[in-house]
Amino acid sequence: MTEQDQEAQLLLAKNLIQALESSDEVAADKILDEIAALRESTLFQEVGRLTRQLHDSMNNFSLDAKMAELTANDIPDAKERLHYVISMTEQAANSTLGVVEDLLPVSKVLNEQAVELSGKWDRFLAKDMPFEEFKMMSTDITAYFSQTKNDLNSVQTGLTDILMAQSFQDITGQIIKKVITLVEDLEQGMVALVRISGGTAKPEKTASSDTALPGPVVPGVDDKANDVAKKQDDVDDLLSSLGF
Amino acid sequence: MVLDRNMKILVVDDFSTMRRIVKNLLRDLGFTNTFEADDGKTALPMLQTGNFDFLVTDWNMPGMTGIELLKAVRADPKLAKLPVLMVTAEAKREQIILAAQTGVNGYVIKPFTAITLKEKIGKIFERIEG
Repeated sequence: MTEQDQEAQLLLAKNLIQALESSDEVAADKILDEIAALRESTLFQEVGRLTRQLHDSMNNFSLDAKMAELTANDIPDAKERLHYVISMTEQAANSTLGVVEDLLPVSKVLNEQAVELSGKWDRFLAKDMPFEEFKMMSTDITAYFSQTKNDLNSVQTGLTDILMAQSFQDITGQIIKKVITLVEDLEQGMVALVRISGGTAKPEKTASSDTALPGPVVPGVDDKANDVAKKQDDVDDLLSSLGF
Repeated sequence: MVLDRNMKILVVDDFSTMRRIVKNLLRDLGFTNTFEADDGKTALPMLQTGNFDFLVTDWNMPGMTGIELLKAVRADPKLAKLPVLMVTAEAKREQIILAAQTGVNGYVIKPFTAITLKEKIGKIFERIEG
């Protein structure tokens, strides 16, 4: 109780005694009401203060728990996810480069042979070719056709492989988007913590906040619970068990 | 089995790279009549007016997801029988089951191979014809 409050109460008490001694009932009642009101307002203030304190501690507590989960689970998870992005992009780059390295010599040889044969063909058209050489050229052309067919087949296969190798972009894009969301969550959490510094409640693990769509399965992170299909075969098995 | 190589196909994915890959694979398989949409919201009106024969859709897309698109397709009397292949990174058991219950005709998880895609498309039409 402050000094002011004390003085106010003392004054009210003196006035009350005076009123009672002079048998002024109306004045006495009024003073009694004033004393009660003073009492009530102090009580309400105290209840209000306690409520605010409780509210703040509750907030701090859930924030602490959220931050703890971020650091304990989500950040190591994010590291795994980013490593997976590295390995996927590396794999894509390697397989693309591999196909290109295989196919460049193939296309070079085909080109050289085409140049050589077209030179001979021009000479034949200009009637500048002995019959013996023409016979040899015919054999060369036959061989060239069959080799071209084979080589273009491998070019076709290689190009499809290169095409497929680009599918990493979709997967890594989804994973990186998730990590960006995590970084944003972390940032918001830290800003909030700085703002309301305090709160010593021991953080507890909150329930996992998995979204409805967990996205690409990152090996070693998402397949721990053994409730995901790791290969197309798993999907096919599951669907056929459902009568598909 | 003979597939109609002229059938009209809609490929729905929010990643343009993935749309290009699927389109190229389909072309490799002989299907050239392909169109693209980047989420369910864009895809649905196209399906409703476009006389499509086949829908290939991703699941996780902003706007309208693939499963919502599938639900909308199955709820539309004109589209209810449209064959739908889901090509997605979502591999949780419960999600595959949900897709099956919603009426998907095939489910391929990313990353996938050209052979898998070909096989699933073949199976879908085999079942429809059979």
